[in-house]
Amino acid sequence: MSAQNVLFDAPGPRARRNIMIANILGVLLVLVLLWLAVSGLAEKGQFESAMWSPFLEWGTWQYYLLPGLLSTLKAAAVAVVASIAFGLLFGIGRLSPFKPISWVCGIVVEFFRAVPVLLMMVFFYQFLSKSTSVDPAQVPFWAVVIALTLYNGSVIAELVRSGVFGLPKGQREAGLAIGLTPGQSLRSIEMPQALVAMLPALLSQFVVILKDSALGTFIGYTELLEYARRLASGEGNILPALLVTAAIFIVLNFLLTFAAQRLSRRLGARAGKLLKIEDSIEPEGIEAPAAAK
Amino acid sequence: MEGFTALFEQYDVVGAFWVNIQLAFWAALWSLILGTVLAVMRISPIPSLQWFGAAYVNIFRNTPLTIIMVFGSLALWSQLNVSLSPDFTTNFFRLAVLSLTVYHAAFFCEAIRSGVNTVPLGQAEAARAIGLGFLPAARIIIMPQAFRGAVAPMGNVLIALVKNTTVAATAGVAAETSSTMKTMIEFYPNYMTQIFLTFALGYVIIVIPIGLLTTWASKKLAVAR
Amino acid sequence: MRKTRYAAVAIAAAAALTLSACGGDSGSDSGSTEGSGEKIRIGIKFDQPGVGFKDGNEYTGFDVDVAKYVANELGYPEDQIEFISTPSPQRENMLENDQVDMILASYSITDTRKEKIAFAGPYFVAGQDLLIPNDSDISGPDDLDGKTLCSVGSSTSAQKIKDNYAAGVNLLEQPSYAECVTAMQGGSIDAVTTDDIILAGLASTDANKGKFKVIGNTFSEERYGVGLPKEAGLVKCEDINTAITKMVEEGAWEEAIKKNTEGVDYTFNAELNPPETDACA
Repeated sequence: MSAQNVLFDAPGPRARRNIMIANILGVLLVLVLLWLAVSGLAEKGQFESAMWSPFLEWGTWQYYLLPGLLSTLKAAAVAVVASIAFGLLFGIGRLSPFKPISWVCGIVVEFFRAVPVLLMMVFFYQFLSKSTSVDPAQVPFWAVVIALTLYNGSVIAELVRSGVFGLPKGQREAGLAIGLTPGQSLRSIEMPQALVAMLPALLSQFVVILKDSALGTFIGYTELLEYARRLASGEGNILPALLVTAAIFIVLNFLLTFAAQRLSRRLGARAGKLLKIEDSIEPEGIEAPAAAK
Repeated sequence: MEGFTALFEQYDVVGAFWVNIQLAFWAALWSLILGTVLAVMRISPIPSLQWFGAAYVNIFRNTPLTIIMVFGSLALWSQLNVSLSPDFTTNFFRLAVLSLTVYHAAFFCEAIRSGVNTVPLGQAEAARAIGLGFLPAARIIIMPQAFRGAVAPMGNVLIALVKNTTVAATAGVAAETSSTMKTMIEFYPNYMTQIFLTFALGYVIIVIPIGLLTTWASKKLAVAR
Repeated sequence: MRKTRYAAVAIAAAAALTLSACGGDSGSDSGSTEGSGEKIRIGIKFDQPGVGFKDGNEYTGFDVDVAKYVANELGYPEDQIEFISTPSPQRENMLENDQVDMILASYSITDTRKEKIAFAGPYFVAGQDLLIPNDSDISGPDDLDGKTLCSVGSSTSAQKIKDNYAAGVNLLEQPSYAECVTAMQGGSIDAVTTDDIILAGLASTDANKGKFKVIGNTFSEERYGVGLPKEAGLVKCEDINTAITKMVEEGAWEEAIKKNTEGVDYTFNAELNPPETDACA
């Protein structure tokens, strides 16, 4: 059921008037709540110009926010690439006809999907800090990347598996019928279709990666949130700094989500016939289409 | 290994998990309610409510939970003097539940909306044909079916919620799993792998049954069409 | 990338080897002659205003000032210093892996740490203390019953107050001191606790100046030392101790403390400071 207007009749004059009144009341309510929050914060001096003026200075952006944003994007980008590799490897591994491999892959995937990313980050940070093979300056970065990769890679592995499962049986049967081995059929017939279908879901998983990279602040990875905190230690403006950080994250993620929706619509005509993957609606993870059907 | 088991006498690991489970329970309850209200807003005939629902979802879905958590404790409590309980510990527990609710309600809303999408057009048309207005139609016809279609995505949100309770350490909730694990590792680095595996296993034990249960329920409850 | 990293480590190791070898030949004051072109890598905190802080592209704080003075005495003027961030859990490891030549990062001398690394100094004896609003009447940890105390990271210091001084204190853990200070400004917490010099530095930032005071009633002893690798590297423990002693005698030491805690009602514990440096191992 897509069109929302089927839920109610086209409003007549009276309903239109009622809607208008409800609209005004709704807007007023929101405004009152906002005003309460703003005036309360203003009373505590959160809107004094000293709190906000640092964000008008180039130095703040040059030394704090932009380097922070860069580290956030760097960790996210490496984690995205690594997650895709991890996801393909374990997703295909789980589809393996050789049972031990598919079991091991299944256990790995289920395990890392169940463990909170924050716990993994804290552990890998401490673990790598004590190891001698990683450049200590890079330890927080790798801890963030590994934790994000293990979790999101596992989610992508599930996407791969369910993407292949969601294909009509005929695709595989046709592949076998023309003399392909199961592996060849998987590689050249099933995977390409599954990958196209899971692209939008994959993109929205990137939103999760980007957002979760902010957990790196707990282990001192100098990403956006950490730099905002450092700025705030010097300037005493933690709330404004957090608001600006949140705004940057919202804009970035909104753009990514927007791209995912556009892509999903463009692919819709093609992939929709084969299988349906819901828009990602979970904070961490994608609904398995196979389970939904 | 003896030293490792002795750790459990010093640190209340089970108690830490219990804190997270309680956080997850209350946050799940409230965010399900708030998420349902938001979902109804988004499909309602009133533009300002639609707009509000959409804005809410887009803002909170895209903000890192850590930032929302800090706002919950710092802005609400210390700047706006919002107190949810006279008791110090309970107050922070409830503030953390509030932050978790605000964040996950956006995801529950989207899960329920995806459930609404599974309800065929004819159902709504039939509801209108027998003279039901928007709210009765939503309450009696649309939402019950939508919930049944949304069990699987809601299960995923619930699992994410359970794991996200670890971030509550930011909001001043002490004695939950992530801070307990951090402290244990800091003081007993020799056992860090065992400590991590213990906590990880704890989450596996909590999360996997939820996954199995919701998968089972989504099949059982799916409306046959 | 990995290759270059190994190469850098190898070069650094080779440099350290040659330098220590030369040091053996020419006697004790090798640093001042050979340091001319080389850089010295000093580990500091980047996120503690007044102690070790990266402010834009500059480094400020008491640790930084001591580091600059000591490095200068060893033959490394300011433009030959490379400051590196050394977060607490990584400090020993960074010394052992030859990622830094020495560390001045509110680094307490403890026996456990001495098993892995060496210390010069101490150059300051800090102690756990409380930061409170200027108009507060709290005079020590005993007054905290029923009050709210903010701390950062693992709560051992805050827990000590609860166990030993005020059982009825409410402990609030926050991700960073920026949050603690904002909450205290909002009036919802009564005190922040950690080492006195860190508190004083925190209160002396432009935004916080004139709002808070450090009680000056320390109830623990944290002897800040200069962390060094166990096997003699670029710099020698004895040379650092000589430099620290000279810094104290010249008055630059006290000046550095004054400069970094300006505008705060704070006096360091004069019974313990300036400290005598320990004998080198």
